[in-house]
Amino acid sequence: MASFTKITSHAVVITSENIDTDQIIPARFLKVIDKDGLGKSLFCDWRYNADGTDKADFPLNFPASQGAQILLAGDNFGCGSSREHAPWALVGWGFRVVISTSFADIFKGNSLKNGLLPVVVSQEVYQKLLAAQKADPKAQITVDLSQKLLTLPDGSSTSFPVDSFAQHCLLNGIDQLGYILGFDDKIKAYETAHSYAS
Amino acid sequence: MAKTLFEKIWNEHVVVEEPGRPAVLYVDLHLIHEVTSPQAFSGLRARGLKVRRPDKTVATMDHSTPTLPKALQVIDDQARAQLSQLEKNCAEFGIRLFALGNDKNGIVHVVGPERGFTQPGMTIVCGDSHTSTHGAFGSLAFGIGTSEVEHVLASQCLLQSKPKTMEVRIDGTLSPLVTAKDIILAVIAKIGTGGGTGYVIEYTGSAIRALDMEARMTVCNMSIEAGARAGLIAPDEKTFEYVKGREFAPKGAAWDAAVERWKQLPTDAGASYDTLVTLDANQIEPMITYGTHPGMAVPVTQALPAAADFSAGSERQAFEKAMTYMGLEGGRSLVGQKVDVVFVGSCTNGRISDLRLAAAVLKGRHVAAGVRALIVPGSQEVKRQAEAEGLDRIFTDAGAEWREAGCSMCIAMNGDQLSPGQYAVSTSNRNFEGRQGKGGRTFLASPATAMASAIMGKVTDVRTLSAV
Repeated sequence: MASFTKITSHAVVITSENIDTDQIIPARFLKVIDKDGLGKSLFCDWRYNADGTDKADFPLNFPASQGAQILLAGDNFGCGSSREHAPWALVGWGFRVVISTSFADIFKGNSLKNGLLPVVVSQEVYQKLLAAQKADPKAQITVDLSQKLLTLPDGSSTSFPVDSFAQHCLLNGIDQLGYILGFDDKIKAYETAHSYAS
Repeated sequence: MAKTLFEKIWNEHVVVEEPGRPAVLYVDLHLIHEVTSPQAFSGLRARGLKVRRPDKTVATMDHSTPTLPKALQVIDDQARAQLSQLEKNCAEFGIRLFALGNDKNGIVHVVGPERGFTQPGMTIVCGDSHTSTHGAFGSLAFGIGTSEVEHVLASQCLLQSKPKTMEVRIDGTLSPLVTAKDIILAVIAKIGTGGGTGYVIEYTGSAIRALDMEARMTVCNMSIEAGARAGLIAPDEKTFEYVKGREFAPKGAAWDAAVERWKQLPTDAGASYDTLVTLDANQIEPMITYGTHPGMAVPVTQALPAAADFSAGSERQAFEKAMTYMGLEGGRSLVGQKVDVVFVGSCTNGRISDLRLAAAVLKGRHVAAGVRALIVPGSQEVKRQAEAEGLDRIFTDAGAEWREAGCSMCIAMNGDQLSPGQYAVSTSNRNFEGRQGKGGRTFLASPATAMASAIMGKVTDVRTLSAV
């Protein structure tokens, strides 16, 4: 996993609330056995016309959106299916940060394991970001993970919550399995003590 | 100190918890399927790791498997490759697999309980959000991502931050033809599709105690549709009775010891939850969804909201977007809305009691002309039982399709799907845009409401069908 420190980028804005992982990546793209190439199917049913051409009115297709690393989206982002294909597709497109007023639990956990940072902001900050992006689609937002600080285009800053362990892992590119396996003796001891369960 | 059911299971399974770190939680049962596991096995291979406890890991094929009888033609090469990859992975790592064609094959959340793998007090995970189903047994069961599938394969453990607890207390008595599905749709409508985020729900109250095990599974199954990490119901005599004698349940002295342990699980008197939600079962009516997430649900006879009911802003925008997708107008009830397809099945409502209810409604009647009705058993075991009871004949005589077991039209990645613009009444769990096929439009409801709608060719209040 790539380590994550600080991202400065303009944002793609999709204001819908409750964007579920079936929208992020429809189920018919889940027949893969690897993680690659899902970026082109990101938001597939919202993004393409029936003939496969881009829908000009979908934010991901706006010329100004190209190269963006931040997605700004409505409340309860990532609800529904546990498919990790959702963060794989978002990262595959080029996103490193999703900003919303809240995230579904499983999506949040999956994202943090794939170098994609979910940033929860207040409704007030969310509205400010929307307004700034509307005024200038290239308005720059900075997300600094080490400081847990989001800097708005107007230069003001606000802190955001991140679980300290997830922050540590993301900053250092540490994967969580290594941490768990470090407790092998404790896992063995647990299994011995709970042998009725085996 | 008095503890909740959740706290007892949680405490029992913490292997280690360092300050400022999530707990390392031991997993008793890891269920896997073809869609969310291949990348996890690749990860294991890349690190040269083995599956730590193949004996605590069980695999089935369900999501991308076909349900057309006999031929069992897998939809395409990609799906075939995914199925054969699971077979390869299970063979290499020594994992028990109920493959396509096996007489114990079926949907992962149907197979686990029916084979006796699912037991009270366990921690159960699967790369599938509807793992919450198993909470019906008083186990802590939740969906995980593929990275976590790899963690559990390698270590039999997961990193978890302790969730908060929510008691959803439902007292009272359900009216005839009101089911567990209506209970959970009413709960989600009340707390919202994100209302359970950060919580584990425990369902309590006399209406929950009165439910049989399969109905309890239906309730717990859709906990995730309210955003909850998991949903649990305290085990009782019904739970023990259901588990007893099943293939992988404890036997003999081990059974007696297990029951003694399980009896200690229910929430202690005086234990407290972080939050409480109450519903009155007497007031719950047959429910149906009208929008594009499961929280957009109303009693079937009730008028849908209208745009004017929402203050301007994101809520109204979401409502209008959903209604546009669904091709519906607010302000009137869905009763009478034309239906193209009816789907009875899935991990929510694909068990034998669901099929019995569907058959009871359909018996002596016929599916309306122009309506396609799919009846998809949740497992091969359910299919055999239904056929032994003659339910399949009731369905086929009435013009419905009787299928092989699988996720089928709930996930629409296996050949069973809606065409763009079609309306379906479905007993599954998600009405998201395109969930049942690109452009398809889903009304979620109980098997009774679904079957009544199939008979009439339009959304129907099952209570208005005579003599069911």
